[in-house]
Amino acid sequence: MENLIAPLIAAPLLGAAVLLCGGRRLDKAGHWIGTALAVASFVLGAVLFAGLLGRGAEDRTLVQHLFSWIPVEGFQADVAFRLDQLSMTFVLLITGVGSLIHVYSIGYMEHDERRRRFFGYLNLFLAAMLILVLADNYLLLYLGWEGVGLASYLLIGFWQHKPSAATAAKKAFLVNRVGDMGLSIAIMLMFTTFGTFAFTPVLGSVGETGEGTLTAIALMLLLAACGKSAQVPLQSWLGDAMEGPTPVSALIHAATMVTAGVYLIVRSGAIFNAAPDAQLVVTVVGAVTLIFGAIVGCAKDDIKKALAGSTMSQIGYMVLAAGLGPIGYAVAIMHLVTHGFFKAGLFLGAGSVMHGMNDEVDMRRYGGLRKYMPVTFVTFGLGYLAIIGFPGLSGFFSKDLIIESAFAKGGVQGWILGTVTLVGAGITAFYMTRVMLMTFFGEERWRNLPAASPDAPDVEPAADHGGVPHPHESPKVMTVPMIVLAFGSVFAGAFFGIGERFVHWLEPVTAYEHGHPPVSALTVTAATVTVMVIGVGLAWLQYGRRPVPVVAPRGSLLTRAARRDLLQDDFNHVVLVRGGEHLTRSLVYVDHTLVDGVVNGTAAGVGGLSSRMRRLQNGFARSYAVSMFGGTALLVAATLLMRAV
Amino acid sequence: MNPVNYLYLAALLFTIGATGVLIRRNAIVVFMCIELMLNACNLSLIAFSRMHGNLDGQIIAFFTMVVAAAEVVVGLAIIVSLFRTRHSASVDDAALMKL
Amino acid sequence: MSFPLLTATAVLPALGAVATAAVPAARRTAAKWLALLVSLATLVLAAVVAVRFEPGGARYQLTETYEWIPAFGVRWELGVDGIGVALLLLTALLIPFIVLAGWHDADPSPSSPPRSSGGHPKENANNRWRPTQGFFALILMVEAMVILSFEATDVFLFYIFFEAMLIPMYFLIGGFGDRAHQGGEEAAATQRSYAAVKFLLYNLAGGLIMLAAVIGLYVAAGSFSLPDIVAARASGELEMGTNTERLLFLGFFLAFAVKAPLWPLHTWLPNAMGEATAPVAVLITAVVDKVGTFAMLRFCLGLFPEASKWATPVVLVLALVSIVYGALLAVGQRDIKRLVAYASISHFGFIILGIFVMTSQGQSGATLYMVNHGISTAALMLVAGFLISRRGSRLIADYGGVQKVAPVLAGTFLVGGLATLSLPGLAPFVSEFLVLVGAFARYPVVGVVATFGIVLAALYTLVLYQRTMTGPVKPELAKLPDLRVRELAVVAPLIALLIFLGVYPKPLTDLVNPAVRHTMSDVQEHDPEPEVEAAK
Repeated sequence: MENLIAPLIAAPLLGAAVLLCGGRRLDKAGHWIGTALAVASFVLGAVLFAGLLGRGAEDRTLVQHLFSWIPVEGFQADVAFRLDQLSMTFVLLITGVGSLIHVYSIGYMEHDERRRRFFGYLNLFLAAMLILVLADNYLLLYLGWEGVGLASYLLIGFWQHKPSAATAAKKAFLVNRVGDMGLSIAIMLMFTTFGTFAFTPVLGSVGETGEGTLTAIALMLLLAACGKSAQVPLQSWLGDAMEGPTPVSALIHAATMVTAGVYLIVRSGAIFNAAPDAQLVVTVVGAVTLIFGAIVGCAKDDIKKALAGSTMSQIGYMVLAAGLGPIGYAVAIMHLVTHGFFKAGLFLGAGSVMHGMNDEVDMRRYGGLRKYMPVTFVTFGLGYLAIIGFPGLSGFFSKDLIIESAFAKGGVQGWILGTVTLVGAGITAFYMTRVMLMTFFGEERWRNLPAASPDAPDVEPAADHGGVPHPHESPKVMTVPMIVLAFGSVFAGAFFGIGERFVHWLEPVTAYEHGHPPVSALTVTAATVTVMVIGVGLAWLQYGRRPVPVVAPRGSLLTRAARRDLLQDDFNHVVLVRGGEHLTRSLVYVDHTLVDGVVNGTAAGVGGLSSRMRRLQNGFARSYAVSMFGGTALLVAATLLMRAV
Repeated sequence: MNPVNYLYLAALLFTIGATGVLIRRNAIVVFMCIELMLNACNLSLIAFSRMHGNLDGQIIAFFTMVVAAAEVVVGLAIIVSLFRTRHSASVDDAALMKL
Repeated sequence: MSFPLLTATAVLPALGAVATAAVPAARRTAAKWLALLVSLATLVLAAVVAVRFEPGGARYQLTETYEWIPAFGVRWELGVDGIGVALLLLTALLIPFIVLAGWHDADPSPSSPPRSSGGHPKENANNRWRPTQGFFALILMVEAMVILSFEATDVFLFYIFFEAMLIPMYFLIGGFGDRAHQGGEEAAATQRSYAAVKFLLYNLAGGLIMLAAVIGLYVAAGSFSLPDIVAARASGELEMGTNTERLLFLGFFLAFAVKAPLWPLHTWLPNAMGEATAPVAVLITAVVDKVGTFAMLRFCLGLFPEASKWATPVVLVLALVSIVYGALLAVGQRDIKRLVAYASISHFGFIILGIFVMTSQGQSGATLYMVNHGISTAALMLVAGFLISRRGSRLIADYGGVQKVAPVLAGTFLVGGLATLSLPGLAPFVSEFLVLVGAFARYPVVGVVATFGIVLAALYTLVLYQRTMTGPVKPELAKLPDLRVRELAVVAPLIALLIFLGVYPKPLTDLVNPAVRHTMSDVQEHDPEPEVEAAK
């Protein structure tokens, strides 16, 4: 049975190899090959899942050891895979959502001449992501970790002819590299502490080392998670990553890859449990990002960037939950899965809207689209209700559990974290309602667009306008995946949440403690719903009752800052980019003048000396003779002197 | 006779030769002075051979003569061709090799 | 006595060089094919060496000893350990690709590759002029010398080839420079001869210091034979004064540090790699420079273990400076080839770091790094060379949007770049991570600083890729042809090898591990024990 794990990964890997090396002759069939292999991977995952269900709860760990990867004295890294309840959950999410998005992309990328390559990259992503979640040791996880980074780089920059896409791709990779530094230092620390970095021995012998080391390892893992999951302070790449095609944003930058940080923290739960200081930092990072992303999401007019802010914020929830320890691990993963459904659905909906609107992304140029795109409207609307936590839908269950767990942390920390999550829920309701209203309701602003307005530099430049757009519903191949995901958004939460089915499934891996909030769970739920209603109401007051201006108003100081990602990019630009440029430029100068100057100076010195010595050679035979005689005389005199002494 | 006297003579001849090389400009004269120095050396070699009672010095003197003969051949040829091209036998005029 | 296999691996390319040089002027193509065949035959011989070598056996195998200059105790003494075999294989493997990549680089008429503007066609009146034959003969000559320096276990013999390889390299850099130069033919010639002279003098100066140390070693040890001296030192028969040992170490180390090159002795490399053609640049950085790091591992650590430990702190700092400084300078370059050169300086910092942290992971990593860096730089640089020969410019600013018109070229360039930034799954990751782990295990701070290098590596690689390959297509590049069959034949195997060694480096580590164990026992160091003995 464990022998099925490798084929599960190999299928999309094969797809990537075939599609990327196959050349033009596969252009016609490329997307079918890619989709078929993604589905094959999902089927294998489902078979494995059925197999796991057939076993006892404690017996659901399968390990497949393939070969020894890097055997060096005192250092052992294997290519080995571990399938347990945690990785199984991810496998199903990745291959399931992944397959749906492959299908969707067939329609979405229909007119792109490089579609074959797109599917190759998507398959590469699936393979890397599966390696990430199935690895049995941290080094192999690192391989998957950077592999998804590469796939993300390639896909963000898929439209490479656009300089903005190429820059965004590079930025994503670089910011992620900073996080990767954390992961590699964490692995090195594990190696020096435990002599290995395989999951079982490391997590099993956590108790035998000091808290200081564990805190260091945990903080480094957190740094890695921050990079991959776009958490403060390494969140700046996610907004730009929306330059990629929308299916990519749905799969990689919403449903799967960006949640890898949460996986890492939950997987390393034993380390975090033993390092309470690090756990506190994790919750703080989660809480800050949760608010940060939500604020950014409120201010963006670009539909994808608004959703990206929302992704950041929702992952903040998960990270916060993961920082709570055994109370929160399973809850974090549950929110991760439900988020995977509704956020992927929302992004696909956004893609569908863009598809019908000539690739326009500015929500101020949408409006009233519900009549033209009924399927998109309904599926997007269900995703919307799920994310704001409308009672009964999936976001309601998972988010409510996180808020409860945050309160259950106890003490002042519990109150602070609980309040932050509550406020976050309110802002979530606000910005999602804003997106919903601006896109599907209100007047049809796209009918009479003003000419491109130079006085609104903050508005994202719209994609090529082909005159007035003619909104239309997307083809079946795109709407079917959206419908499936909408189903997930509606029912997954109830399915997982009722009877705590999901947490019991994960319990053997992550351990689960039922938290006891200081107030009753019912109160928390009531508060959440109230806050949600307030958020929706405020958004309706601002965007539903009043017409939305096509050109963004100047806005308050906070709005303007939020439009610029709360000035983080400006900070990065001034400090890192400019500073770096100055540093490299001055170093180039130093290398040329100083280091090389010493070399060339020595050469010039020798040259100068010899041109002076040259004057002694005046060409007169008799003066040479004089120096010869003089030299001989000196030698003789010296010899005589030596003998005398 | 005391063989040391031969050495004195050799030293005298050598000094005359060296002085000639240094102060005369005419290539032929310089050349003859060099011959004088060589022969002064030959004289002292033979004197030493006599003083120490072995034949090494005399053998070397023969070598010197052979080398001197070869040198005369090459040297005179150079001087002749110099004179042909520059119409002068002065060594100071042949200062072409300097940079 | 059995067949002298090691001698044969060197004599074959040397004879090949002579034969190639003797090919008549009109038969240029024949000379190319001859050179390619000879280099392939050498690869076969090297493979035989690798097969005959038993990793678990004696330290030096396939040894050959002949008296050469008995008066000074100099012997023709060859032998390989696992590290030597690995580097021998690397050299023998890369030369055919270098030959194939440089197929048209030395054609006397400027017809085939496009030329930069302002250049005049070279006079080709003299039909006895045989640059093509010379070019390939010189490459084979370098191969012979490099192989001998990997095989020599006699210090003096090593010294001879260490120095002798400078001569063919000098002519390769100075005589067959890059035709792409923004300043036109004149400026190119000036720059080229400057680079060649700088290369020669810099390395010669290092070599002369080493010569003094070689003589000093003979005075101190009474022998040139590396195994004999190491054995004598280990058994305590040969006592060397602390100061003597340190001075001799410095003499050797300086020469190797110039060759490697280590900051601040690196400035010849960007010039040499910038002005040489891409295949010759690969020859410099992927093959010839490896002799420097290889010799540090074999001679510095083997002959002077105490002095090596004494110098470790300084060497580590210099290596760290190389890593960060090289990477930062690579970011600031405007010339593609100089960028790769500075990236190489950064990578050599990693190799030297791995050697001197004195852990098995570090040293295994350093050895693998030498091999992997050779392959990855070859892939990146050769593709860059193909690109440069198409456009006739080395400036990054002259490119843009190449991936739109030449996707295969851009794709292979990207893979080469990803290998340079040590992406997991490609070979350089394995070695870089081993070096980092090895460094971190003994000196955590050093490990952390070096880790910073991986961020900078991503920066310079991706900036290079972004500026040349992405964005709108420059009008001058609109008709840029994609990789030809010959070029693909160069790049594809290298990329396949990068992936294979990244996923399954075991064949290489099996070769290297025992040799590293010997080196570790030379310096009498043990790996730091983990804090917790994890239950396995």
